[in-house]
Amino acid sequence: MIVTDLPELPCRELVELVTDYLEDRLSPIDRARFEAHLTECEACRTYLEQFRETIRVLGRLPEESLSPEAREALLTAFRGWSRL
Amino acid sequence: MLRLALSHVESRAVAEEVVQDAWLTVLRSLDRFERRSSLRTWVLGIVVNCARSRARTERRIVTTSSESGPVVDPVRFLPANHPRWPHHWAAEPTEWRTPEAELLVRETRSVILDAIDALPSTQREVVLLRDVEGLQSTEVCNILRITDTHQRVLLHRARSRVRNALERYFAATEAT
Repeated sequence: MIVTDLPELPCRELVELVTDYLEDRLSPIDRARFEAHLTECEACRTYLEQFRETIRVLGRLPEESLSPEAREALLTAFRGWSRL
Repeated sequence: MLRLALSHVESRAVAEEVVQDAWLTVLRSLDRFERRSSLRTWVLGIVVNCARSRARTERRIVTTSSESGPVVDPVRFLPANHPRWPHHWAAEPTEWRTPEAELLVRETRSVILDAIDALPSTQREVVLLRDVEGLQSTEVCNILRITDTHQRVLLHRARSRVRNALERYFAATEAT
């Protein structure tokens, strides 16, 4: 199938499919429409890049840590446990 | 783990209790761990269960996810009857001229955390487990007992909202 024969995927629909695209869950036809649109639309390329950047930053949030009191209480519970 | 607990209960103090409960549950049931999942996935599943049950006893209203409606404000797009570009961008996203390092500074982080906080709880659970904790989709589906399709819908809505929040934040800071 020639890509240019496929119905166009407008920007408004593309933004709904980004996660399915990134997870490789689009049908081959939708994937071809998605990629064909991207080659011609700089705004959607920007959108996709921002989406990827958002995911990267989410993956780099620092771990929340317990307060010293809660940590101590937990450690005490652990010590008690090991003696059982 | 604490963040996951925090996503269900009102206060940090309660979330810390949830984490403690979860660890004690882990210890008590370690001999029932069947290795069908990684230990990490199993432990996170216990945290989710403890947090949910605590939320129930505190009668915190569980926000159900708004799973319909577009992920980007429709006013950003041209109308369907536009002669040349129906449903294309009217207000295009502009590149974030922000070095990657900038995305990790405290202000940006708090924008992201606020956006996560504002999510309906099911979306929050999925994005925390997938993108923040880095679990695979199958693991997340097992923990939350949802289908893969549902998981992707929730994940997409959550990620879109966080992106929208970052976009608003960068637009505001560049305007000043």
